[in-house]
Amino acid sequence: MNAVLQVEGLHKAFGGVQAVADVSFAVSAGELLALIGPNGAGKSTCFNMLNGQLAPDAGVVRLDGKDIVGLTPRAIWRRGVGRTFQITATFASLSVRENVQMALYSHAGKLRSLLQRFGASFGVEADALLDQVGMLDQADRICGVLAYGDLKRVELAMALANRPRLLLMDEPTAGMAPKERVALMALTARLARAQKIAVLFTEHDMDVVFGQADRIIVLDRGRLIAGGIPEDVRTNPDVRAVYLGGTH
Amino acid sequence: MTFASILIQLLNGLAAASSLFLVSAGLSLIFGVTRIVNFAHGSLYMLGLYAAYSLIELLGRTPLGFWSAVVLASIAVGLVGAAIEVVVLRRIYRAPELFQLLATFAVVLVIKDAALFAWGAEDLVGPRAPGLGEAVQIMGKRIPVYDLLLIAAGPLVLGIMWLLLARTRWGALVRAATQDREMVGALGVDQAKLFTSVFFVGALLAGLGGALQIPREPANLDLDLSVIADAFVVTVVGGLGSLGGAFLAAILIGVAKAFCIGIGTVHVFGFEIIFSKLVMVVEFVIMGVVLVLRPYGLLGKKPALQRAIGDILPPLTSPRWQVAVAWIVLFLLIPLFADRYVVVLMTDIACFALFAASLHFIMGPAGMVSFGHAAYFGLGAYAAALLFKRAGLPMEAALLLAPFCAGLFALVYGWFCVRLSGVYLAMLTLAFAQISWSVVFQWDALTGGSNGLVGIWPSAWLAGKSAYYYMTLALCGAGIALLWRVLFSPFGYALRAGRDSPLRAEAIGIDLRSFQWAAFALVGGLAGLAGAVFAFSKGSISPSAVSIAQSTDGLVMVLLGGVETLTGPVVGAAIFTWLRDEVARRTEFWRAVLGLTILAIVLLFPQGLVGGLKALANRWREARA
Repeated sequence: MNAVLQVEGLHKAFGGVQAVADVSFAVSAGELLALIGPNGAGKSTCFNMLNGQLAPDAGVVRLDGKDIVGLTPRAIWRRGVGRTFQITATFASLSVRENVQMALYSHAGKLRSLLQRFGASFGVEADALLDQVGMLDQADRICGVLAYGDLKRVELAMALANRPRLLLMDEPTAGMAPKERVALMALTARLARAQKIAVLFTEHDMDVVFGQADRIIVLDRGRLIAGGIPEDVRTNPDVRAVYLGGTH
Repeated sequence: MTFASILIQLLNGLAAASSLFLVSAGLSLIFGVTRIVNFAHGSLYMLGLYAAYSLIELLGRTPLGFWSAVVLASIAVGLVGAAIEVVVLRRIYRAPELFQLLATFAVVLVIKDAALFAWGAEDLVGPRAPGLGEAVQIMGKRIPVYDLLLIAAGPLVLGIMWLLLARTRWGALVRAATQDREMVGALGVDQAKLFTSVFFVGALLAGLGGALQIPREPANLDLDLSVIADAFVVTVVGGLGSLGGAFLAAILIGVAKAFCIGIGTVHVFGFEIIFSKLVMVVEFVIMGVVLVLRPYGLLGKKPALQRAIGDILPPLTSPRWQVAVAWIVLFLLIPLFADRYVVVLMTDIACFALFAASLHFIMGPAGMVSFGHAAYFGLGAYAAALLFKRAGLPMEAALLLAPFCAGLFALVYGWFCVRLSGVYLAMLTLAFAQISWSVVFQWDALTGGSNGLVGIWPSAWLAGKSAYYYMTLALCGAGIALLWRVLFSPFGYALRAGRDSPLRAEAIGIDLRSFQWAAFALVGGLAGLAGAVFAFSKGSISPSAVSIAQSTDGLVMVLLGGVETLTGPVVGAAIFTWLRDEVARRTEFWRAVLGLTILAIVLLFPQGLVGGLKALANRWREARA
């Protein structure tokens, strides 16, 4: 198994609080790895060290074997990492198609032109991406007026625009209706497997996690306490203790 | 410098700092709670001075008369502030933030003319404080007792404000609203009452700051803009919404200014450094340094999350070419049937249209509000004049090189500015504009100082007013067309994307800062072109082309027409220039007429003229359908 993302010995402390301690894991192409844990376990800190927003105190993050610690989010994206945010971030005054085209222009390095007309290129590619996520029929609408679930789909299409090797999804289904949640992650799983993309996501909805993830790792108070296929994690006494309380 | 003279400068600085702190504290309080940048705060300070002057005349130059006058003047100014909130601002809290700014500009104009009407154009020198006129000896130097009292006033008011904020229910509401305005509203607090009371207190502090200065500085009509610039600097250096920060910053700046005056001219290694000339710049230098090192001010915090983002900006549409052609034909025909006066006015309008369009580009689609856009207009004008007069270049060469000079300055200033966002960015642009202004104003040998430069006339083939008009139309029209074209280019879209969501822009590999930096240089260059064309059309140039007033004129033009449309700024520039010209010929009080007109427009069309007309047209179309 060749890992797309390999994390070794990640550490981060805020003042005296050890937010993430000695976390190591790997995700391979076409695999969905869920990172779960109770509130305050260090999931977001962990995520922000992978996407370049936070510098780790120690540890190595390798993308296709190359260390990406210290790179800006921009540079990490250029190496093939797509992201979706817990609270959607799209360009509200641009249309759905233009949002995706923006990512395509950026990927092609064609945003610095002053006199061409934006939108003349990459229309077909953008529509293909929107078709994949089921948003083609709304391509001409302004992002600012979309329903929340639809925005999440647009984000997914934007994240796929640079043909990523790795998708980082921070609570991809937060704020969505239960039915939509499973549908969105099922879609993600289908696309990831077909395009051999590694996916790392955090999630609170256990139906989504246990239904869609290939593997699950569990974080508690900054440390990994369990990891494996869903059945093993479900029956792990440590995980049950963390989530349900009680002693063992 | 002896120790004694250092002490004197320190005391002088502290005395000046007190009033600076009072004004800034009021500004900061109002901004914290209502998120309104109150440009009229300097005007309230000015009113405080005038009111105190008149009340002292009325109540007599006795200790009782003096102090009653100070108190009554402050309360009166507080009531004016509350009235502004109730009559104007309350109606437009839901309008875009920039529109509230426009409304406060209009209030500045109205108050200036009201003061002109009531007190006349002459400076009014107030009496010394009765009973406190004498001076005490400190280390052999004489210090007025009144100055010592002023020094105590700052900390005293800081203490009272702190008690009010920490110990009263009102204070708790103010602190809560500063942190999270929507949550306070959601908890059922009557926001209207809270906002009115905050305006009252904020204005009262400004009025008190002014009234207390009556023995030290004459009341005059230029105080409004100079004080607001100082107060902006203090609030930003201290950190928006932080009283303690404002206090610290006021002292820092007051003392630095006093030392610049006190040190005078110093010879260092054969160089002559005239510190007293730095006095107009020093605060802006401090601000620049602080903002680069601590982007949210000395004691400021990162601004609280605002949930209500407001209305989504509508997508831009490009003007139809048929309409554009019709207008161009009309413009070309004007010299054939109009008189010389109209041609000159149209030349002015074309210059200001490009100026406004360049400002619109940076503040609308690029999302970076500039309070100091006159810097590039003025520097372009001066570059043209200097290349022509001092370097001896032909007029055509000077005209075409000047935009690159302005662009170069924009490149330097922009490097700092794009590191900030929102109000902080706006303040830094103001700072750079003020630095440029004071250099231009004081460098007599090069720029002619306050008199400016004369004899900047175009070449013979452009000497006719019509010929020059056609050239202006061609250059400014090309500039505006270029800006519009760029807005629809990938570069322009990237800027809009960055305005909508910097987070997402970064996450799809867009280096937003470098785009914003380039945009700064582009609009700086084009504003410079407008300035250069303007300079040759007038034959002279003065520091007013770089002034705050010129910057605010630009903002008014853009906001009047509407930020959300492309044609808005051009229409705004035309209406503003025409109206100013028209009204100024008829009455001395043209500012008030202009201000009241703007207020009427703000209250009737909260999306600007063009935006409002478009909305009306849409409604009419829907009604017919």
